[in-house]
Amino acid sequence: MIDGSVTTRCAPPTKRGRASSVYRSLVAFLGVVPFFAYVAVFFLVPTLVVAFGAFMGPQGLTTHNISALAQPQIASSLLHSVILAGVTAVIGAVFGSLLSYAVATSRRDGLVRRVFTTLCGVLAQFGGVALAFAFVATVGAQGLLTIWLQRMGMTISDSQWVYEWDKGLVVVYLYFQIPLMVLVFLPAIEGLRPEWREATQTLGGGSWRYWRHVAGPVLTPPFIGALLLLFANAFSAYATVAVLISQASPVLTLNIAGAMSSEVVLGQANVAKAMALAMVVVVALVMTLQALVERRTSKWLAS
Amino acid sequence: MAGLVSTRDGRGRASLRRRRLRGGAVFRLVTFAIAGLFFGLPLVAMAEFTTRNGRGGRTLETWATLTNFSKMNESYPDLKNGIVVSLGLAAVAVSIMLVLLLPTMTWVRLRLPRLGKTVQFLCLLPLSIPAIVLVVGLVPVYAWVTYFLGESTIWLCFAYVVLILPFAYRALDAGLSAIDVKTLSEAARSLGASWFMVFRAIVVPNMGTAMLSAAFLSVALVLGEFTVANLLSRNNLQVAIFMVGKSNASMSIAAALSSLIFAFGVLFVMSFVGNGRRRPADGRSSKES
Repeated sequence: MIDGSVTTRCAPPTKRGRASSVYRSLVAFLGVVPFFAYVAVFFLVPTLVVAFGAFMGPQGLTTHNISALAQPQIASSLLHSVILAGVTAVIGAVFGSLLSYAVATSRRDGLVRRVFTTLCGVLAQFGGVALAFAFVATVGAQGLLTIWLQRMGMTISDSQWVYEWDKGLVVVYLYFQIPLMVLVFLPAIEGLRPEWREATQTLGGGSWRYWRHVAGPVLTPPFIGALLLLFANAFSAYATVAVLISQASPVLTLNIAGAMSSEVVLGQANVAKAMALAMVVVVALVMTLQALVERRTSKWLAS
Repeated sequence: MAGLVSTRDGRGRASLRRRRLRGGAVFRLVTFAIAGLFFGLPLVAMAEFTTRNGRGGRTLETWATLTNFSKMNESYPDLKNGIVVSLGLAAVAVSIMLVLLLPTMTWVRLRLPRLGKTVQFLCLLPLSIPAIVLVVGLVPVYAWVTYFLGESTIWLCFAYVVLILPFAYRALDAGLSAIDVKTLSEAARSLGASWFMVFRAIVVPNMGTAMLSAAFLSVALVLGEFTVANLLSRNNLQVAIFMVGKSNASMSIAAALSSLIFAFGVLFVMSFVGNGRRRPADGRSSKES
């Protein structure tokens, strides 16, 4: 079954045969050693460093790092991160799903569709630093839109809104949240079979019934799954916000970066690990939920 | 199916269908227009910003510097170094990824199918570990890397392989599923081919598009990477753009726009490559229905 040697396997096992099969499976395992070694060193070790480092102090084990999470600055940044991720996930999921429906109903090999999905890929996975600069060029103090609005006689009283976590950051986050929603949700919409709509129509149901009783229920699990993914994505975003905000640390990722590079206060590095651990816990919760939802999704939309 | 419907109430259904299609077209047009404005405006604003000359006029000076390698080397050496090192990182990370992942995935499919789930889990796990968490844990690992190999930025490639693992895995897995590796390799083995021969003459030639799309996606990801490089105090393209932004906004915006356009180009080309592979699968499913 494993390879071409089925016939030899069927012969009664002799002592030599058994020994050689052990030898062969050992050789087979040798083939995957490089991969596992690599993943262990550059992925599992860092993860364990975070997990154990969070409980390490200068004098051995301690819960001091974890209790440091209750400091007002860290606790509020965690709260900000959760709110920011939640709000942008909901807005991004709603607009992203509308957009992906529009994309799904456009021509399959059309240029518009190709350009649009590619743009979504770029913004969702590549954005980061470039997105922050795009934002500055658009709505910064000297940005194109700001100047246009000024020419039309509208001045924004609060010129710093761009750099505030509950205003500017929400908008700039949408620039990678909506595209990510399109990427994740498009396959689900494409999984809707035309036969289902036709079946609804044959039974006398209109558009409303189709969405209420067929497409809606089928698309709900993937929608929630995508929403959770968007939450995790925004929660762990760093590049864009790091470029935009240089003074304060309104979100958790900035706080982690700050604690990591701080050489002033000793032991901050381990507080960074505690914050990172808190982050992993939140993301792990969300991703577990997402995996559970995904299992329901695959019932109907398995391709 | 459509024929079934029309037998009952041919004309009414047909017109309903047409009305729905027209409604769909309007919805599509409006949605695309709004989305185009929302996503297009910042790109236009970037282009506009980089052509200002500071006195209300237009100039292409920034772009002239950006496209002139020796001039950029003079005025923005860090940016030039960042570009060079990021291209190098992309090449090295993609090579390590392919050398590490493709043989392992093939081997697991052929000889150790029980490990398939484990390999998949490990490959997709980096998706749920935020990059910034990985960096926190990578600090001691990179202390050792620096100790053994030196401080060069190129060694970031080890971390980048982990970051591109999920995307590369998916692309390669789709490629391996499309060909029947097991039957092909059994055929080759029964004709006396070695495992190496199976890999070199059966798997690799059949995996061209999958390898290409894995590579393209990885290149785009590596060129856009900021978090790991910045927090490990290395200079790559995105870190350089960030740093230049502190002194010259125009230059950094021009560089950011170019990097976006470059990524767009890479992924756009990839969308054609991916399609070439998907088409036969589409043909098969349409035959089934």
